[in-house]
Amino acid sequence: MNLHEFQAKHLFSRFGIPIPRGYVARSVAEARKAAEQLGGERWIVKAQVHAGGRGKAGGVRLAGSLEELTRHTESMLGTRLVTAQSSAEGLPVNAVLIEEGLDIARELYLSVLVDRVTKRILFMASIAGGMDIEELAAHHPEQILSVRVNPVVGLQPYQGRQLAFGMGLEGKRVGELVKMMSNLYRCFTERDLSLIEINPLILTAQSELLALDAKINVDDNAVAVGRQPEIADMRDLSQEDEAEIHAAQHGLSYITLGGNIGCMVNGAGLAMATMDVIKLYGGEPANFLDVGGGASTERVTEAFKLICSSPNVKAILINIFGGIVRCDMIAEGIINAVKEVGVSVPVIVRLEGTNVERGKELLAESELDIIAAGNLTDGAQRAVAAAAR
Amino acid sequence: MSILVDKGTKVIVQGFTGRQGTFHAEQCISYGTQIVGGVTPGRGGEYHLDRPVFNTVNDAVASVHADASMIYVPAVYAADAILEAAEGGIRVIICITEGIPVQDMLRVKAALAYYDATLIGPNCPGVITPGECKIGIMPGHIHKSGSIGIVSRSGTLTYEAVKQTTDVGLGQSTCVGIGGDPIQGLSFIDVLRQFEQDRQTKGIVMVGEIGGTSEEEAAEFIESNVRKPVVAYIAGVTAPPGKRMGHAGAIISGGKGTAKDKFSALAKAGVATVRSPAEIGSTMNEFFVG
Repeated sequence: MNLHEFQAKHLFSRFGIPIPRGYVARSVAEARKAAEQLGGERWIVKAQVHAGGRGKAGGVRLAGSLEELTRHTESMLGTRLVTAQSSAEGLPVNAVLIEEGLDIARELYLSVLVDRVTKRILFMASIAGGMDIEELAAHHPEQILSVRVNPVVGLQPYQGRQLAFGMGLEGKRVGELVKMMSNLYRCFTERDLSLIEINPLILTAQSELLALDAKINVDDNAVAVGRQPEIADMRDLSQEDEAEIHAAQHGLSYITLGGNIGCMVNGAGLAMATMDVIKLYGGEPANFLDVGGGASTERVTEAFKLICSSPNVKAILINIFGGIVRCDMIAEGIINAVKEVGVSVPVIVRLEGTNVERGKELLAESELDIIAAGNLTDGAQRAVAAAAR
Repeated sequence: MSILVDKGTKVIVQGFTGRQGTFHAEQCISYGTQIVGGVTPGRGGEYHLDRPVFNTVNDAVASVHADASMIYVPAVYAADAILEAAEGGIRVIICITEGIPVQDMLRVKAALAYYDATLIGPNCPGVITPGECKIGIMPGHIHKSGSIGIVSRSGTLTYEAVKQTTDVGLGQSTCVGIGGDPIQGLSFIDVLRQFEQDRQTKGIVMVGEIGGTSEEEAAEFIESNVRKPVVAYIAGVTAPPGKRMGHAGAIISGGKGTAKDKFSALAKAGVATVRSPAEIGSTMNEFFVG
């Protein structure tokens, strides 16, 4: 789950991490009021969407007057912002963040994430703030500093000092960064985060260290077990894919893709593999869909409706390896779904595993237009051929 | 021989009396696994599936001498269950539970360094030595005792590899599902090392996924340490970057961990890579015919 920048900064201020002064606004009137409360002569208008690359897409603008602020706010609110990281349709801008304009002396980079290799929380820092960190890692790896935290003792001050001196900070700023990192670590662990990225972390002309931007990803598992109610309330469904939300409500894991072959599979690995095999034989999957280990008849029906809701789907490939799930039960689910939904495209079914013979019999007896495939290769080839027709 | 578990392994079930724990314990018992009891706090002294229920892992170990544990407790309590097993002296801890918060696993992983215990999972199908001991949720009947060691990050994809190696007649020594989470117990390398040393294992199937760099690390290990033939498949060539594909671990971030990188690292290490999971069995069989 992702947070908006304004939500991330709200969390920062609660944990004592310094941020620029600012207010979130959902109308032009609120934006003007925010600017008046902030005072000064320059403000930044920032579109609040769940995607990076906002600056280049026109989603972050400087306003030198209230008139300009109004124009920028009007040009963002109610529109969809398309960035390099969003889908082609973009994401709806329902709020903007109005912040004070600052004199920036230096732009730095600071992030916190989980390092899968060392199984530790990792702090990453760089003197080259404002840049794309992946790009920096590829071309100037020597400019990236990192420290890993042992969870038994937590973040130590020396680790903060390493990064502070490494980024060329001096005097009181060193201690401030150490404190900021300690607060970030507390925020990261107490709120079950999976990523904090501050890019840039700025040093103002007045020598203040501030998180100018804030990106936070939250561990979905922690939200799902219900131990982060405050974070769960921050979820903004308008930024998520409707079909994916609907799927999650029915215990399905679904992701919309660009192709025309709908897929229904049990197990995430097998679902990815099924997509890969479709591509291997020249087709394009329309979706990723894992019906899960405990697939019931109802779930299979729901999954079918979901696949059929996309107008792009020209064929459906069902690939089930029945382990604990019995193939005859899956077959019944497919038959019910085809009857209920009234599928108009070819349906190719590959069943394997527990009670597979009974499952195949049921499909054959149903007299529905279902193509039985002998194995995964056969199934994928038939689906690709059917979709091309 | 085999690795990790065999017919002598005595298993307890944590979360024994719950719906999942009960169902899968029954399946394991009918497969022939020595399920010697289970743990459900507050139900100590009762019997469930004709086996004793204990309040704590300590009680279970003292009374029925369990050396392995199969965990089905809900995600929010799973970290506690793993650590209780380790403290209780359990040698092989197999955690089936999915959806454990990452912060919990980070702490568990660090704490396990202080114990002589092996964690498998979480979010995994478990471990099976065919004909001897099944600990987990895999369908027992597709397995056959034989010569191929299987290690996998995915559940149903493991079953594909199992069925195919059974169908070509090779069978399996032990199958280990290491799980789909970013922070897990046994890694590919840990299992590869054991398969390489195991006399029954003649060939190894490795099933990976996008995300992380554990397949790349495994490739490096194989190049200098594994002499047995290895067949590998990686799922997720078509996965879009930044999306979570069912497993939390299956996210490609920042251009790292793509299936393409993993395939090329493995091929460079001399591993026979297959582009379709349907070719795992036949490719492995080529090493053993003629």
